[in-house]
Amino acid sequence: MERSRLKSVVESLLFVSESAVTLERMSGLLEGVERKEILSVVEELRSEYEAQGRGFCLVEVASGFQMRTPKENADWVKSFLRGRAARMSRATLETMAIIAYKQPVTRVEIEQVRGVGIEGVLSTLMERSLVRIIGRKDIPGRPFLYSTTRDFLELFGLNDLTGLPTLKEMEEVSLPQIPENETPAAESEE
Amino acid sequence: MAIDVQLEAYEGPLDLLLHLIKKNEVSITDIPISVITEQYLATLELMRNLNLDIAGEYLVMAATLIHIKSRELLPLEEGDEEEDDEGDTRDELIRRLLEYQRFKEAALELESRDMLHRDVFVRLSDNRQEMESGEFERVSLFDLMSAFQRVLERLPEEGVHTITVEKISVQERMNVLLDSLRHSTKLVFQSLFEGAVSKIELITTFLALLELIKIRAIRATQEEQAGPILIELTAPMVEEQEGLVSGETEGGGEHGA
Repeated sequence: MERSRLKSVVESLLFVSESAVTLERMSGLLEGVERKEILSVVEELRSEYEAQGRGFCLVEVASGFQMRTPKENADWVKSFLRGRAARMSRATLETMAIIAYKQPVTRVEIEQVRGVGIEGVLSTLMERSLVRIIGRKDIPGRPFLYSTTRDFLELFGLNDLTGLPTLKEMEEVSLPQIPENETPAAESEE
Repeated sequence: MAIDVQLEAYEGPLDLLLHLIKKNEVSITDIPISVITEQYLATLELMRNLNLDIAGEYLVMAATLIHIKSRELLPLEEGDEEEDDEGDTRDELIRRLLEYQRFKEAALELESRDMLHRDVFVRLSDNRQEMESGEFERVSLFDLMSAFQRVLERLPEEGVHTITVEKISVQERMNVLLDSLRHSTKLVFQSLFEGAVSKIELITTFLALLELIKIRAIRATQEEQAGPILIELTAPMVEEQEGLVSGETEGGGEHGA
């Protein structure tokens, strides 16, 4: 396939797709075209959009590529779409954060962190396919295990989970020393 | 005129504790347990007075706090076996607070990213599930309640002369609020309570405010932490909301409720 033709096809695929298009998907479709070639065409498109200051840009997200509007245009797009702009409650965000960092995780484990029931939040997250059940934990009761989805990655513009901001270490705490049993090694007292 | 405003599930006891800890500018690892317990219970009391539904978890936490506090009040005897128990409860609470705080911060970090459908957009086909909107208020219920507490504190002591309090229902007050918001785009939280002469009137106004937030007719926002809380209509009046505004003007209330 001629390069200019390939570029045009790839652009069409990216244009019609709602979610990020993976390289695998494209190379499965474009038989006989090397992945390297596809990647280079994608990169070319990306830099072209950027150089031309287009109203959309090409972003690498959820292990794929997606056309998105630049952030500077957010206000215009938002008021154009009116009610459709998303808002997230703190409950939703916190629950998602816990799942993201602790996955796979059970509902009870999430609730232990948040200190409140999360049934409603969890079902909302599942409805919006930001979270899904990936199995059951092998403990009594065999509770479901939850994980984040590709939609989650797309929502936060992450390429994969390693892109999550690092969780702050728990503050170095100087908890009062509790004598565990009768450990003779109480030298730290001095 | 009892109105039940459900306390949003997301603001649990840990969140309330962190809020109090921050407010008192103390460190999580060194909580002045009596002060915090007192304020925690006072908040629950306020919630109860407002007929807010207090989730069981809040009460469990109250019990935990009281337990820790009571243990601290008792003189520690050497070899007291329960000493461990007290330390454990307290440490466990600290551990939970720290852990919760970590995730709270992580959530904030996530929120600060360029979020799809908020900061950046993709083409969406019309049948795609619309993103849920209007789910959160920038200003938390706690912030509103703290602000309201300040309003209550400013209320002058009831004087010697008797004031005949005009009764106004929450419903009416909601209409009045909507009405005044229609005439000015944004109002400062405190200004909504100006001119009120009694506690009951203040509470009525506050309940009306909460109710309006609940039905998403209005929104409370804050440009910066601890800045003034601004109240505004969520959208230009649509007919549905218009229908609510049936009452006439301020103070028009001999409504026997």
